[in-house]
Amino acid sequence: MFTTEVLHELIKVLGKENVLSEKEDLVTYSYDATAAVPSVEPDVVVTPTSTEHVVEIVKIANRYKIPIYPRGSGTNLSGGAIPIKKGIVLTTQKMNKILELDADNLTAMVQPGVIIQDLNNEAVKHGLIYPPDPGTVSTATMGGSVSECSGGLRGLKYGVTKHYIMGMELVLANGDVIKWGGKTVKNVSGYDLTALFTGAEGTLGIITKLLVKLIPAPEARKSLLAVFDDLDKAGNAISDIIRNKVIPATLEIMDKVTIGTVENFTHAGLPTDAEAVLLIEVDGYKEVVEREAPVVERVCRENGAVDIKVAKTDQERDLIWFARRNALPSLAQVKPALVLEDATVPRSKIPNVIKEIRRIAEKYNLMIGTYGHAGDGNLHPTIVIDPRDQDEVHRMEQAVDEIFKAAISLEGTLSGEHGIGIGKVKYLPLEFGEAGVNTIRRIKEALDPNYLLNPGKMVTKEE
Amino acid sequence: MSIYTSLDSVKEYLIKCMKCGNCQAVCPIFKETLKEVGVARGKISLVERLLDGKIEMTEGLADRFSLCTTCMACNANCPNAVPFDKIILAARAEAVRRKGLHPIKKVIFKTLKLQRLFDFGMKTGSKFQGLAMKRIEGKDYGARLRFDVGLGKDKVFPNLAPKTFRSSYKKVVEVPHPKMRVGFFTGCMINYFYTDMGKAVVDVLTANDIEVIIPSEQGCCGIPASVNGDIASAKDMAKRNLQAFENAGADAIIVSCSSCGSAWKHSYGELMEGDPEYQAIADKWKKKTYDINEFLVKVVPFKKEGLGRIDRKVTYHDPCHLNRGQGINKEPREILKSIPGIQLIEMKEPGRCCGMAGSFSIVHPDLSLKISDKKIADIAGTKTETVATGCPACRLQLHSGVVNAGLDQNVVHVIQLLAESYAEGRK
Ligand SMILES: Cc1cc2nc3c(=O)[nH]c(=O)nc-3n(C[C@H](O)[C@H](O)[C@H](O)COP(=O)(O)OP(=O)(O)OC[C@H]3O[C@@H](n4cnc5c(N)ncnc54)[C@H](O)[C@@H]3O)c2cc1C
Ligand code: SF4
Ligand code: SF4
Repeated sequence: MFTTEVLHELIKVLGKENVLSEKEDLVTYSYDATAAVPSVEPDVVVTPTSTEHVVEIVKIANRYKIPIYPRGSGTNLSGGAIPIKKGIVLTTQKMNKILELDADNLTAMVQPGVIIQDLNNEAVKHGLIYPPDPGTVSTATMGGSVSECSGGLRGLKYGVTKHYIMGMELVLANGDVIKWGGKTVKNVSGYDLTALFTGAEGTLGIITKLLVKLIPAPEARKSLLAVFDDLDKAGNAISDIIRNKVIPATLEIMDKVTIGTVENFTHAGLPTDAEAVLLIEVDGYKEVVEREAPVVERVCRENGAVDIKVAKTDQERDLIWFARRNALPSLAQVKPALVLEDATVPRSKIPNVIKEIRRIAEKYNLMIGTYGHAGDGNLHPTIVIDPRDQDEVHRMEQAVDEIFKAAISLEGTLSGEHGIGIGKVKYLPLEFGEAGVNTIRRIKEALDPNYLLNPGKMVTKEE
Repeated sequence: MSIYTSLDSVKEYLIKCMKCGNCQAVCPIFKETLKEVGVARGKISLVERLLDGKIEMTEGLADRFSLCTTCMACNANCPNAVPFDKIILAARAEAVRRKGLHPIKKVIFKTLKLQRLFDFGMKTGSKFQGLAMKRIEGKDYGARLRFDVGLGKDKVFPNLAPKTFRSSYKKVVEVPHPKMRVGFFTGCMINYFYTDMGKAVVDVLTANDIEVIIPSEQGCCGIPASVNGDIASAKDMAKRNLQAFENAGADAIIVSCSSCGSAWKHSYGELMEGDPEYQAIADKWKKKTYDINEFLVKVVPFKKEGLGRIDRKVTYHDPCHLNRGQGINKEPREILKSIPGIQLIEMKEPGRCCGMAGSFSIVHPDLSLKISDKKIADIAGTKTETVATGCPACRLQLHSGVVNAGLDQNVVHVIQLLAESYAEGRK
């Protein structure tokens, strides 16, 4: 239980400046970026500056049986950072040093509180990049994005966060510090702990260091926008581009609702009568880009694109991505709140899932804009609601339920990149079955038998 | 219902905040403190709880609300266009309504309100400045406080003018063939410290055949009071200024301070909302108020012939309330580029807040200094000789930072360079 004694112990090991316990501060750690989840104030917030600090915090938490919620920048979309059972919020934002950048081995060693963009700014000085680029690159921490296994716009060609993690240092629930991995490309020693801890949402351990892979920055890029008057044609074009052996860095889709909303608010010149637009970027060596861009253009045309714009200048390129970047902000203008899902299906099923979402929107009389990373099947059906309208909130919940079921029935998954967190815990059996969920639970209990780390997320104690 | 009279007025803005956290990327306070209360999202959640009755308006809460330079960087980076500046001003006004004003600020605003007292204080201050402040050896660098009275001993203040700007001019500065008559709203900093800046404004206007009226009844713009929630004082000051210019009979009002500009363009209308007499006056002048850069580029346009050469490398700092507050950022650059010999070298992030924010730097001197350090490092990186900006408050902060960093740059208002160029041309 939390008492003033705990507070004093925390202050003793961390110093006053790293412990927040006034109500006015606690309120500001009661939420993250997730809509429609409960907000709960923690008992205390701590900002450790070293691994040793983290170990001490975990020991105190163990002694008093108080839960710990690791937190980066609090931008996740699944309620992962909310202290729903009260206790200690441990934010890593002060552990924000880039410890090493090794251009010979193409690696970087960072503390968990480093902001993704800050790592990129450092990498680019060596002509390198760290490819995972969620919409929150300039705010999210490395620790948080690794714990969610964030994706982003470049997932199709460059993969997601888990493809760039080479090793970690981590504090376990019992206070032990473990390390693994290294700068070698090959490493098969032991179980693959990297796979286990990437995307663990802070429920298995607290990351204190990360060794990540960097790659050479692509030399050139080219962007196109293709307009379709039929969803199936757009869907066929997506698969056909890949079939033609071109893997674009980015292959995004926006549906009719999204196009209309974006156009309404930005006047970027999108065709509002279109059923879908694809926004595509190929990158790499200049020669490669010059070969691939025309292939993409041809394939879109063959699949019935009614209009294709190829960006000739940087300004034209920016205009294309301006439209895509404005999808979320524009939908946000329609009503006060957004519920952003990330149901994901195999790329060949994109038209089917968009049609399903449309049917669901009609059934529950909701406005749902769908856009997202078509190339990797990761869509963001975005439901706009007014949280003051209880009836609408209720309809939204039912719609979310059906969207998940639709995704699973199309051989997809509940979450492509936002994580399970609080909201999706109850859907986990849909995807894993009882035995599957039990296996996840046994892993959790082997590492954290008392559910001290981020309780209430991902998997809960058996009732 | 305006943001100054009721916290309920910001409910519609609060509900637009989706807690995405994008504001973290740009907030100068957050970058230094790494605490969630620093950022807009944190303070928005506090205002929400306050409105729901889930927290009390404590001293602690009022302190949290003081953690904002009102730089509006979060507004600009918000996917949902949440007008955070309005939210924070409303929250501070609410804090004052419920808890009263901080005692030190009470004294400051009272002095600002009572013009004559202030004039007297400043005049004696000018004579006695040497007692309390230590002049910095060398150029006309200004002075540092001898004793730390909570303002930080490192801050370099400009020397007080021996004679206030307004008292050294006739009420009307005439020109032979006036094409326009404008009223010059000087603001406090020009009146008491930066008289050189005020002179440059008058010189440039008259060089462009514009007659300048300087009403002597004008006073403080009231922004220091309104951003701190002292709405009663702010209203008094607004009325006094509105009346002064209403009587003056000018075609337009010219300002060269970004806060004064925001006052005339935005705050007065909101402060006077519902006032039977002054609302109409405020609304009228709002449309006729121009920042000097804006006026010279968009309204006059200023004479390009007769500009003399000044060979100088210059960098430009965007004042928050000119750039994001009034959308003026191209005009000052256009003026600089039109001066023969000036080479404009942009710094990294010219639009990032300098950390001055009026009384913010008094209440949070350490934080203000840290924010300023980043700016000064960016300035140093340009290897220029002169820093130009568009606001006397920024000038003070940048000057202090430059001197403390041991740099050799001169900090001036854009208009001073233009005046210098005209003078050079006349030689
Ligand atoms: C506008 C917007 C756009 C987004 N776009 C994308 C996108 O394109 N792609 C995508 O994949 N995601 C996207 N996201 C969500 C994305 O998951 C988060 O932005 C990011 O991964 C979270 O980083 P954070 O530092 O904010 O972590 P937090 O939100 O603070 O935490 C996330 C989780 O990680 C855990 N955690 C944090 N630090 C540690 C640590 N050191 N050790 C162990 N566990 C830890 C927390 O307990 C929590 O469960 C978006 C979010 C928003 C608001
Ligand atoms: S960027 Fe805007 S919407 Fe997002 S948290 Fe900040 S204020 Fe709220
Ligand atoms: S106005 Fe500036 S200082 Fe205030 S919260 Fe927004 S970004 Fe931060």
